[in-house]
Amino acid sequence: MRSIRAAATCAVTLSLVLAATACGGGSSAGGGSNDAPKTLTYWASNQGASIAVDKQVLQPELDKFEKQTGIKVKLEVVPWSDLLNRILTAATSGQGPDVLNIGNTWSSSLQATGALLPWDAKNFDKIGGKGRFVESALASTGAQGKDPAAVPLYSMAYALYYNKKIFAEAGISRPPATWDELTADGKKIKAQGKSVLGAEGSNLSENIHHVFVFAKQHGADFFTSDGKPAFTDPKVVEAVKSYVDLMARDQVIPTGDAEYAQNQSVSDFAKGRQAMLLWQSASANLKSQGMPDSDYGIAPVPVRSGTPGPGTQIDSMVAGINIAVFRDTHNLDGATRFVKFMTSDDEQKILNKAYSSIPPVTSAQSDPAFGTPANTVLKNTLATSAAALPQVPNESQFETTVGTAVKDLFADAAAGRAVTTDSVRAALQKAQQQMPAA
Amino acid sequence: MTTTALQEPVRGTPSGAPAARRPRRRTGRAHRALLPYLLLLPALLLELLVHLVPMVIGVMMSFKELVQIYIRDWSSAPWSGLGNYRMTVDFHAPVGAALLHSFLVTVGFTLLSVALCWLIGTAAALFLQDTFRGRGLLRALFLVPYALPVYAAVITWVFMFQHDNGLVNHVLHDQLHLTDKPAFWLIGDNSFYALLTVSVWKGWPFAFLVVTAGLQNIPGELYEAAALDGAGMWQRIARITLPSLRPVNQVLVLVLFLWTFNDFNTPYVLFGRAAPDAADLVSVHIYQASFVTWNFGTGSAMSVLLLLFLLVVTGAYLLITSRGRRGADA
Repeated sequence: MRSIRAAATCAVTLSLVLAATACGGGSSAGGGSNDAPKTLTYWASNQGASIAVDKQVLQPELDKFEKQTGIKVKLEVVPWSDLLNRILTAATSGQGPDVLNIGNTWSSSLQATGALLPWDAKNFDKIGGKGRFVESALASTGAQGKDPAAVPLYSMAYALYYNKKIFAEAGISRPPATWDELTADGKKIKAQGKSVLGAEGSNLSENIHHVFVFAKQHGADFFTSDGKPAFTDPKVVEAVKSYVDLMARDQVIPTGDAEYAQNQSVSDFAKGRQAMLLWQSASANLKSQGMPDSDYGIAPVPVRSGTPGPGTQIDSMVAGINIAVFRDTHNLDGATRFVKFMTSDDEQKILNKAYSSIPPVTSAQSDPAFGTPANTVLKNTLATSAAALPQVPNESQFETTVGTAVKDLFADAAAGRAVTTDSVRAALQKAQQQMPAA
Repeated sequence: MTTTALQEPVRGTPSGAPAARRPRRRTGRAHRALLPYLLLLPALLLELLVHLVPMVIGVMMSFKELVQIYIRDWSSAPWSGLGNYRMTVDFHAPVGAALLHSFLVTVGFTLLSVALCWLIGTAAALFLQDTFRGRGLLRALFLVPYALPVYAAVITWVFMFQHDNGLVNHVLHDQLHLTDKPAFWLIGDNSFYALLTVSVWKGWPFAFLVVTAGLQNIPGELYEAAALDGAGMWQRIARITLPSLRPVNQVLVLVLFLWTFNDFNTPYVLFGRAAPDAADLVSVHIYQASFVTWNFGTGSAMSVLLLLFLLVVTGAYLLITSRGRRGADA
């Protein structure tokens, strides 16, 4: 009898505990607090050749921050394939890091969720003011007319990487400055039995970055000025077609690249199988794959004619990483101090050197390390001929739908099917229909 | 079960017990009647917590316009009534048409995959029914695909299916010269066959395992009697083995169907977040509709529709197969 009663008591108690914990899981939708002033959780994006490399680069700096402020930073390096989903989950549940890195093109989409702390003038003052940052980098921190959702951390730009040895063997004296020159050079390179230009045809983000630049060069935009998708604009169609035509018509991108999505084109280039690569800040990556700096040259991405510049001479997106504070942070002051630390001149120099990126902080750019020929190309591109991807709330959806359309068009080209103006328009039409109604 | 448990102690009490004890005995009986439910309560609550609550929340989400602006506090998302459902089943509009296409691809893929898994699994189990040297080794070997972690197994297939350096093209094109030029397996139309191959490779060992177990329950005398009557191998399979395996197969096919229909890992690891049209399975499609385009309302509506479809199919399947069996038994 007693044992039965004990069992019943146990069962009821357990049930009550379960019910109580089930109810207690919710979180308040309020802003940040300072409940936990001694710790911070930081989600870093994967900038180095591997996650282990990132930890090696970041940990000493985090230790430095702990020594200065007494705040212990718990680091997690999140791979790119997971980062956006992790942030979305964190936004939904309110359980997330205090500080996090975001791809700068996501700024507007994440801004619309309200999950990130807005950087108004008051917050910017705490980290030394908005004026410290390069303008083009600030252009990719959120929708126009709203307080930025994040602060620029690392800046990158696309450049043309070319293998000096293959160029010499093919008798090419200088890197191509226009797409026509690139196609012409391609014939000489193919005669040497090498492939010409690498691409990541199944990587949606890479596809977007390139067709965005092609659209700019054709004087077109994927979104109207009031933020509505305009994917089937004839100029946009022409631009997308001319990018896919690098494989379909000009045959400078090998058909095998249509299924690349894991940076295989970088390793093709590093192994000397392929003459050219359009990439952002590839130096550290190439070095880790055993290609010394002296083996390749860096030039601006080609344009249709003339030289890179603003308007239709744009030759890169503003690539980069922003650092943001999660609105539900439990250590608001600490998080702000950490952003200040990460964007300080010293840290900017150390970190951007390690990741072969360019500091978005003007005063840190003076370091001689950023004056090498390679970095000069990137710096000039960022300063004069780079444009920010559309800062619209649906940017993330745009990357998926149009990126998939380009992936499918590459698949057509690889399978030997014709890529025509009509087929490109149809693919873009489908992409546009999948966009949520604005 | 409850009644026996209750009767046992009552019967044990002496019949000539004083009358004064009777009321107490009655409360004791009431306690004992409650006890099983009390003991079940934690499990029930856990079940609610783990299964039902998320499902109810999912269904609720499907009636909301849950786009990116609301995900941070999604109780503030406006109710959209049947809006999400209307959008997903409007097969003339792009979203509905894409879902229908994905659904049809999934149905075709599932039917083929389940049929092949069952066929190969049953054939292998029959071949390994008689004892011979190395049977244990073969059985273990056959189960390897089932035991491997999905990600590791599928990523290996990704390497093998690669266009430039993949093993599949090396064998088909370079060595056997079956194709004019190396084929693409991970993009374009061939992706359907790539997906089917991996799915069957991954799924048949389970069919093999279940059928092997089922075969152990068929009495040997049946075969002996059939042999005496002069039945050949095919006759024995058709008249003894398959009918005896019927209850096993009923469950096996259902489980394979549900697993294959809902499989997310295989297509996701093979193709990434944007599967080619030819291999656009509904699970990845829903993932893309909700996570990638950040519209969790339509994603949930699609999930609910999928759940209803699977419920109907499962119910109909069980109804038909059990009725058929009852008819056969009679």
